[in-house]
Amino acid sequence: MASGEKTVLQFGGSTSLNVKVHPLVIFNICDCYVRRPDQAERVIGTLLGSVLSDGTVDVRNSYAVPHNEFSDQVALDIEYHHNMLTSHQKVNPKEIIVGWYSTGFGVTGGSALIHEFYSREVANPVHVTVDTTFRNGEATIKAFVSVNLSLGDQSLAAQFQEIPAELRMSEAERVGYELLKSTAADKIPSDLEGMESTLERLLALIDDTYKYVDDVVENRVAHDNKIGRYLAEAVSSLPKLSPSAFDKLVNDSLQDQLLLVYLSSITRTQLSLAEKLNTAAQIL
Amino acid sequence: MANQAPAPIRSFLQAAVKPEEAPLPLRVVQIEGLAILKIIKHCKDFSPALVTGQLLGLDVGSVLEVTNCFPFPIREEDEELEAEGANYQLEMMRCLREVNVDNNTVGWYQSTLLGSYQTVELIETFMNYQENIRRCVCIIYDPSKSNQGVLALKALKLSDSFMELYRSNNFTGEKLREKNLTWVDIFEEIPIKVSNSPLISAVMTELETDSPVTQCDYDRLQLATTPYMERNLEFLVECMDDLSMENQKFQFYYRNLSRQQAQQQAWLQKRRAENMTRKAAGEEPLPEEDPSNPIFKPLPEPSRLDSFLITNQIGNYCNQINGVAGQNFSRLYLTKALHEN
Repeated sequence: MASGEKTVLQFGGSTSLNVKVHPLVIFNICDCYVRRPDQAERVIGTLLGSVLSDGTVDVRNSYAVPHNEFSDQVALDIEYHHNMLTSHQKVNPKEIIVGWYSTGFGVTGGSALIHEFYSREVANPVHVTVDTTFRNGEATIKAFVSVNLSLGDQSLAAQFQEIPAELRMSEAERVGYELLKSTAADKIPSDLEGMESTLERLLALIDDTYKYVDDVVENRVAHDNKIGRYLAEAVSSLPKLSPSAFDKLVNDSLQDQLLLVYLSSITRTQLSLAEKLNTAAQIL
Repeated sequence: MANQAPAPIRSFLQAAVKPEEAPLPLRVVQIEGLAILKIIKHCKDFSPALVTGQLLGLDVGSVLEVTNCFPFPIREEDEELEAEGANYQLEMMRCLREVNVDNNTVGWYQSTLLGSYQTVELIETFMNYQENIRRCVCIIYDPSKSNQGVLALKALKLSDSFMELYRSNNFTGEKLREKNLTWVDIFEEIPIKVSNSPLISAVMTELETDSPVTQCDYDRLQLATTPYMERNLEFLVECMDDLSMENQKFQFYYRNLSRQQAQQQAWLQKRRAENMTRKAAGEEPLPEEDPSNPIFKPLPEPSRLDSFLITNQIGNYCNQINGVAGQNFSRLYLTKALHEN
């Protein structure tokens, strides 16, 4: 009974952990996998990041560590790992080891050994696996922590306990995300092109809303109170302004913008004029 | 068959030899998503401090492939630490080679604030790199623009004619006119292409499905661009002040030059008159030049590099202001249309 309670307690402690992985880490892992040595089945490496106060492990960076795997042995290049760690710490001392990653589906035999090594580097490391072979038809990221199975005071074995993992993107990364996902993009969209695509999307959304409202009004689709409330909220979020006040507001901003354009254009004209005058002055 | 066989070999050889004969001009910089994400992360983590890092990749014909990069620690003005920085660089390259990353330096990246990157330091770094690598590029990333929904990534290189001029360190008006070089010709922007391995593309598509609206759409429709514009204008005004300082320098130089010329003329006339009297008296005429006289010492012409760079920055700010104002127009008209509906 006592031992049972103990495992239950540890089980409860570990589930409060969850892992947030930044896309850069996934990119890095995939890149390392593509560049792996000929005979290697998988790549493994160190995960860097921080543990947030609410128990979330924020994985922000990673690097691959060369290794050799024989039937039941794993040789990890520890020196390489330490060199790389000091290099990374020089740039960003706030990122510490939080665990390690490996490609492949779930946990394999050698994993326990590697996990033991990382347990010596940092307390309670996480193990993230990325399935790059699409074994069951989808790419999955999984995260594990090790849980000690013990009977009384005697520890029997370590068990990998799965914990939730998700992809987290920062704002800046989102900006380029659509672009970065494709295999090839000819150019980076300029300000106006980005604006255009956004406007197109907005238009499509408005059209969808119109269609939905029309459908509901004409009884083609069953109404949904929730959606109705959202729509009402969206409409009421527009500030109520009298048409003249609104026109004034818009026109004033337009004037401001026009002034700015005028200013920058006149500056440019001045510059090219100065350029011409300069060259002309030197000829004399 | 036997006759045909040598043909492809020769053509292969020709293909291999050709780049040596005439290096193809650099047309496209192809960056992997991984490198872009690394740049974004590094620049954003340390923003507003400006950071740099090294780009690794391959030089393939007219395409420069950037496949990876690594950040530099923030530089400190210390001899000892500088040596450590070099060690760090070597160590990093060695480590990355071990995991089969391309370890060819192809340039460097740096973050910038509102696109104010046109500095003498940038040119100096460029010249340093150019000495070792035939083809290198500088990627500029502006983290401040990303919260407007724009990925502000630029690939730059120095134009060949500018580099030639910089090497001879000769930025006088005459030389510039000879080369027909204006401030627009200092930097060349190279189009950027993005590429990813199919594996990354597949994994990312799987993990993150398309959503109809992204945060970046909200950012792009944001009406409040005033702070951004204000700062742009502030920078612009500062640059204008700098430019007028430079102009004063030139005016001073020209005033001195014309004064000197007048002095020279006066001296020459005096000497000629003296010679006339000497001739009349049957004496040898004195030489019409006197190098020891201080008025014949040529005045050094101030370098035009600074004013060129400042002009470049001004041009850049103008472009940015125009761009954002253009976007604002569409936003305003959109709001108007929405409101009227």
